[in-house]
Amino acid sequence: MNKVVANADEAIRDINEGAVLMLGGFGLCGIPENCITALVKKGVKRLTCISNNAGVDDFGIGLMLQQKQVRKMISSYVGENAEFERQLLSGELEVELIPQGTLATRCMAAGYGMPAIFTPAGVGTEVAQGKETRNFNGKDYLLEYAFNADFALVKAWKGDPDGNLVYRETARNFNPLMAMAGKVTIAEVEELVPAGELNPDTIHTPGIFIHRIFQGKSYEKRIEQRTIRKRS
Amino acid sequence: MALTKEQIAQRIAKELKDGYYVNLGIGIPTLVANYIPKGVNVVLQSENGLLGMGPFPLEGEEDPDLINAGKQTITTIAGSAFFDSAMSFGMIRAGKVDLTVLGAMEVSERGDIANWKIPGKMVKGMGGAMDLVASAKNIIVAMMHTNPKGESKLLPNCVLPLTGVGCVKKIVSDLAVLDVTPEGFRLLERAPGVSVQEIRSKTLGKLIAADDIPEMKFEG
Repeated sequence: MNKVVANADEAIRDINEGAVLMLGGFGLCGIPENCITALVKKGVKRLTCISNNAGVDDFGIGLMLQQKQVRKMISSYVGENAEFERQLLSGELEVELIPQGTLATRCMAAGYGMPAIFTPAGVGTEVAQGKETRNFNGKDYLLEYAFNADFALVKAWKGDPDGNLVYRETARNFNPLMAMAGKVTIAEVEELVPAGELNPDTIHTPGIFIHRIFQGKSYEKRIEQRTIRKRS
Repeated sequence: MALTKEQIAQRIAKELKDGYYVNLGIGIPTLVANYIPKGVNVVLQSENGLLGMGPFPLEGEEDPDLINAGKQTITTIAGSAFFDSAMSFGMIRAGKVDLTVLGAMEVSERGDIANWKIPGKMVKGMGGAMDLVASAKNIIVAMMHTNPKGESKLLPNCVLPLTGVGCVKKIVSDLAVLDVTPEGFRLLERAPGVSVQEIRSKTLGKLIAADDIPEMKFEG
């Protein structure tokens, strides 16, 4: 099956105003750079973005925040983005902060066809407000619903025309979960290889979950915190 | 003398036991990795998807695909494994991680912790902290005993929005090591030259202290 599209612009052509998006990545690691650039170019507004982080001021989802394209963010940690904090405190941007494991598991539930999950994260905190609590074996858990996203935008290391994906190192993070969870899932890859080249034993995301795939270009892969040790 | 951040990390490292899987939070907890005692084999879990976190890379060998939960460039070690975020929090939720070390803005005498939000001022988010504190078997908090204004961070009740309820087991501050017990904070050790009286004056929550509290000792 050939799911290859020419580029990011074609891949995101039908993402329109008000769409609910999932974007893979942790910090700036494993984010769908090409799709974000295309969304900024398209200028589509009032988006809801489900993503662990909100990028930094001038990279990642931060680029979409600068253009005021995001109406609502659903994230677990947004500490590295001053423009984000400004829009949040001024009320321009709606933000739902949720525990990282809850974010991951709500993606997982959607991808596995389950409507909801129970988690202890957030019990007794403001995260629990308005949520159903259930006690199992003497411990309280919150009912958390599966996400419902129109599009999932994921980034993989390698992919093939069938949409089979392989991620690299910690750039995997939320990508395989979101890949399974989108009504339409768009995968951008550093290397699009011919069918048959990926070892079926090593595939992280089987192609059935992927609707469109393209060869990404000009990856910056920016490092947020460059930490090194001296050569002795 | 109050402990330095490095000394807080050094003291916490003494709590590590052979065979532990450990999650270290951002800030002082990260420094604990520098003081793992000889002969104690622990595996560091980074909740963005790595078991077996190694040291920072050598200059020129940084890999943007290989970071820790603090977004710092890191390395793998022999025996490392990568996984996705749901599996990562599966390990945490299912109690496979033996020890979590994290920072805090406030801890209550019942072990409640607040470390993710100052209403109207600072909104960074909880990241993985709420998942970790809700499920970890053993939680040690690394923090300064007082805030920059000199006010106690060990309180009868947390004032800031909570991260978790009744979960902190032990605190290592710049002044003291304390257990969180059903009766309140139990003073176990004091920083060299710091009196029980000083610790008492800087602890707003209920403090239980015997007459004779040993000083912490640091080699080197």
